[in-house]
Amino acid sequence: MLNKVTEDRIAIVESAAKPAKKRAWKFQLPLHLMILPGLLLILVYSYGPMLGAIIAFQDFNPARGIFDSEWSGLDNIRYVMALPGSFQIIWNTLIIAVMKIVVGLIVPIVVALMLNEVRKELFKRTVQTLVYLPHFLSWIILGGVLIDILSPSYGIVNQMLNWFGIDSIYFLGSNDWFRPVLVTSDVWKEFGFNTIVYLAALTGINPTLYEAAVIDGANRWKQTLYVTLPGMAPIIILTATLALGQVLNAGFDQVYNLYSPQVYETGDIIDTFVYRIGIVDAQYGVATAVGLFKSVVSLILLSTSYFLAYRFANYRIF
Amino acid sequence: MVERLTISRRLFIGFNYIFLALLSILCILPLVHVLAVSFSSSSAAAAGYVKLWPVEFTLESYKYVLGKEEFFESILMTIKRVAVGLTVNMVLTILVAYPLSKEVNKFRGRTIYAWVFVFTMLFNGGLIPLYMMVKYTGILDSVWALVLPQAVPIFNMILLLNFFRGLPKELEEAAFMDGAGHWTTLWKVYVPLSAPALATITLFTMVFHWNSWFDGLIFMNSPHNYPLQSYLQTVVIQQNFTSASLETIAELSKISDRTFKSAQIFLGSLPILLVYPFLQRFFMKGIVLGSVKE
Repeated sequence: MLNKVTEDRIAIVESAAKPAKKRAWKFQLPLHLMILPGLLLILVYSYGPMLGAIIAFQDFNPARGIFDSEWSGLDNIRYVMALPGSFQIIWNTLIIAVMKIVVGLIVPIVVALMLNEVRKELFKRTVQTLVYLPHFLSWIILGGVLIDILSPSYGIVNQMLNWFGIDSIYFLGSNDWFRPVLVTSDVWKEFGFNTIVYLAALTGINPTLYEAAVIDGANRWKQTLYVTLPGMAPIIILTATLALGQVLNAGFDQVYNLYSPQVYETGDIIDTFVYRIGIVDAQYGVATAVGLFKSVVSLILLSTSYFLAYRFANYRIF
Repeated sequence: MVERLTISRRLFIGFNYIFLALLSILCILPLVHVLAVSFSSSSAAAAGYVKLWPVEFTLESYKYVLGKEEFFESILMTIKRVAVGLTVNMVLTILVAYPLSKEVNKFRGRTIYAWVFVFTMLFNGGLIPLYMMVKYTGILDSVWALVLPQAVPIFNMILLLNFFRGLPKELEEAAFMDGAGHWTTLWKVYVPLSAPALATITLFTMVFHWNSWFDGLIFMNSPHNYPLQSYLQTVVIQQNFTSASLETIAELSKISDRTFKSAQIFLGSLPILLVYPFLQRFFMKGIVLGSVKE
């Protein structure tokens, strides 16, 4: 009798196990449905343009469309390479991006270390509030502000220079000054944001390390050097490696709103160049070829930087 | 910890406070200056008399800006874009983050889906193909052109995904035990528990849509459809370099170009300044969110 019941139970369990896979699939079906709308949209608006980028290899004619335009191989790239100043544009992009990365890495670390020494909470919070306000404003707003304060005729910066007996400088129209202005104003906008990131890392340092350092006779400076900085090292390494993926991003929003033909020589970057030949001159194939070149190099750089970040800072995107 | 202050330490502390105070003032002085210009008379502004306080206080430039039809049209478009964009972005962020937060043995295909989304952060087709896609799908010149191409903000999605993963697994298991499916679990368990993360992402998304200008400039054929930041780009930035038309020159002779621009700059950043206290409160959380990983 008992045996019979056990056998029945085994039979029931076995019959349940067979469609388990099917049931699991049914239970998971909503997960697929949830993803679907987002998936369709990125397929259309992210992967669609990736396929559309084949017009980089066409003598693209909007009237004939993507399927009937003549194939031209690498002509578009050759055409751009032959343009005078195309290497200058790549160089401008690299030098502006690298200067921004280096200065933008050092300034927040120094400010975070200095803020870390502040004992008055109210003062600390006030400084934080003021320095990361520009981060939330667009380059339209900040560009408008910069154009105003740097104006050679009425700008307050030049008024101050004049007051010290220095002649007015046309900051946004001078090839000597344009890059320094880009780097300085970019750091102005973003250093507050990164300072907060570093400060958050500092609060994670184990206080007993400081106590041990004090017992070993370390003064504040030594503590900063041997406890605080090493404690920040992981996040600094992470920021630095992730920055590698950005060396072709010199900041379209900023440059586009501040530059003018006078400073193309030092300030024209890949993204502004693509915009001008693509949207303004309507040379679609050529613009796409340059954009594709940038995307491919960026893909390699980004993959490398994520790999390095994973390897040396144990970083995973998710 | 009581520490004895040496003279050099005192000097350092004093210098530290002064430096940080100067630095933070320096950060906002340009904004204060532009605000002062916007409230000054046009002659004082043109002559460069204004420093940090309005000279010959007047509301003329604000009256002029607020009386312009284009300005109101663009504000309406921005409100529309923030409303539609926020709704679409938030719904899709939640809907994509939830399945991707599951372990691969609980959601087959998760890895492939995840890569399909993350790859868009690494590679893009470029400006012209995107423009063509927007054109082919027939949304050019409408608010959808400003919303659909970035319907799933991958970075925010990953933020939320990591937050979902940090929630205790027992909650989900309890919900399944009680017979809830994935939809119920998501809306009744995950979403209510993620309020802080969702608030952070909501604010970031609003700021993003308020500040975006380039898509408006290229996807809108008619300037009447420009959102505010695109409109400001044409009046505050472009006019600086291209020669203004006769009509605008006549208009501007009545009022200083400079105070007029300053007023628009201030109005364009006003909503951000208003939500800034909230942004600031959620900001730290946003940073911590990204680091919650298992």
